[in-house]
Amino acid sequence: MDTFLQLTVSGLSTGMIYALAAVGFVVIYKASDVINFAQGDLLLFGTYLIFFSIVQLNLPWTVGIMLTLLIAVAMGLLIERVVLRPLIGEPIISMIMVTIGLSSVLRALANALWGPQPRTFPSFLPDGVISIGTAVVGFDRVLAIPLGLALLVLLGFFFRRTRDGIAMRAIADDQQAALSMGISIPRVFAIAWAIAAVTAAIGGMMLGNIVGVSQSVAAIGLRVFPVVILGGLDSIGGAVLGGVIIGLLEVYTGGYIGHGLNLIVPYFVLIIMLMVRPYGLFGKPIIERV
Amino acid sequence: MTMECGVFHTTYTSDIALRRVPAERLRLGLFVIVVIAFPFLASPYWLNLANQIAIATVGAIGLNILVGYTGQISLGQGAFMAVGAYTAGLLTLNFGLPWGPSIVFACLVTSAIGTFFGMPSLRLKGLYLAIATLAAQEIIEWVITHWTGVTGGTEALVVPAPQLFGVRMNTDFRFYWLVVILASATALFTANLFRSRIGRAFLAVRDQDVAASVIGVNVFRYKLLAFATSSFFVGLAGALIAYYRNIVSWERFTLETSLFYLAMIIVGGLGSIRGSFFGAALITLLPALITNAGRMLQDSAPAIASQLPNIQQASFGLIIILFLVFEPKGLSKLWQNVKDYFYVWPFAYRRGEGRH
Repeated sequence: MDTFLQLTVSGLSTGMIYALAAVGFVVIYKASDVINFAQGDLLLFGTYLIFFSIVQLNLPWTVGIMLTLLIAVAMGLLIERVVLRPLIGEPIISMIMVTIGLSSVLRALANALWGPQPRTFPSFLPDGVISIGTAVVGFDRVLAIPLGLALLVLLGFFFRRTRDGIAMRAIADDQQAALSMGISIPRVFAIAWAIAAVTAAIGGMMLGNIVGVSQSVAAIGLRVFPVVILGGLDSIGGAVLGGVIIGLLEVYTGGYIGHGLNLIVPYFVLIIMLMVRPYGLFGKPIIERV
Repeated sequence: MTMECGVFHTTYTSDIALRRVPAERLRLGLFVIVVIAFPFLASPYWLNLANQIAIATVGAIGLNILVGYTGQISLGQGAFMAVGAYTAGLLTLNFGLPWGPSIVFACLVTSAIGTFFGMPSLRLKGLYLAIATLAAQEIIEWVITHWTGVTGGTEALVVPAPQLFGVRMNTDFRFYWLVVILASATALFTANLFRSRIGRAFLAVRDQDVAASVIGVNVFRYKLLAFATSSFFVGLAGALIAYYRNIVSWERFTLETSLFYLAMIIVGGLGSIRGSFFGAALITLLPALITNAGRMLQDSAPAIASQLPNIQQASFGLIIILFLVFEPKGLSKLWQNVKDYFYVWPFAYRRGEGRH
């Protein structure tokens, strides 16, 4: 029971981080039908930027977070304008490859700016441990859960209540109809990338606290695929639930079975989901079939 | 196929020939002469690069059959190459099979496994299929590193160099002939494949699958066939790498390898054999050229030299982005533009868009 509780809490917080990475991914997919292979590198930048502003610039952590988020927004806008906009309407393979190229450039940039060696990071979240029942968990890990949830509620609000959020849903639904209603598609795509970069930066900050500042953060980008397929590529709630399920599954297999099986269990889930229900748990069941 | 001005075919043989115009035959002749003369003139360093390019060309053509010609995106190239390499290596190592039969076996096994992982294409297309092949990559990689009894896990296999007519192919010079012949055979087979019924069906599936099924193409069957054909050559490339390097290690066949090969066909040109070769050459030469440039700058600008790995990675990404934004049809289209420019030089001439 002890291990179970311990594993559950750590699985939930891992899942929340996956969810944060996945949400940015879903926002981009929802708005522009692009699947973003550079999501992991955006996370990586989040981690390094917060390290940069708190440790290297010596800013207080509130200002540091603001600065990180600002840079993230700028990066998202820049990427959309320079790389993605010229490719609107190109085939899927071009979209996939351009984000792969982007990921390579971003990683090289992070490497050139901060070097390959892992950095340590004076955690700005209060450290210490919390005991829940009999399980003992680091406070920073537990904090990921409410923080992630708060962010997702905020995004939910954005999509339901704000002008841009509704415009984004309209575009996802029918680009042409949205255009004829006077919605500016480039503007909405730009907003989508900015949101994706911001959620990735927040995920990156939390990861920096939990696993430290190193290049390995980018590897999480690939774990996003099982998460979003499980939850549904165009569903924010699905991304959260998918993240939690994949996080728990990984931690349970790692804890009870081992053999590094936790690394590929998500991919088995992915294949099964693709076979049985390709649009995921909450996705729209419109999928082009042959 | 477009008609060439002023070229009149008077026999069926000349009409269906792969090279139909004297200029094309002349270029082919020149290319063959360069390929034959190259190993006698080049230094071992360049010979090594040439071998790598030839092997990469086989792999890139294999991937292009699937992605460029049939429109099925695959991120599992690295893993399929690993299957070819490990099968060939293990057959030679454990059963003492000579390289010939074991390469054939490796191609067939890869073909079978590629077909198996192509099965999701029954229901999926586009990016869903890409994600499914991503899962194939991760799962095959895990099996190789964890099935220690057979593959040796994370330990590398040491494979003896192949033997041909009693000569050991253990130098770059000798291996060159083997890979060049196999690469040429691959190119020739593929060129003819897309003039056949099967190849045309692949193209139909790529261009509009619904229309293809309406005119009687069994879409699923041809998709699987495309996976099988493609993986066959991908396995060949993997097996050649095993014999060329004499070492098979899973680290050579990660997701990064898949991305490298995708970059080759994007940069070279989707659905083009010539493009596969150009792309393989460019993506193989790029890191080598950057390393050389870095060595030259070692003394004058040591700061740049120390950033070399980052420059390599960034330029790999940049080249993909730049090609996609500015010339999505790749090097093959650029080459076509050059040819068009000189077609009736010095007069201006524009050829129609439909020409490939």
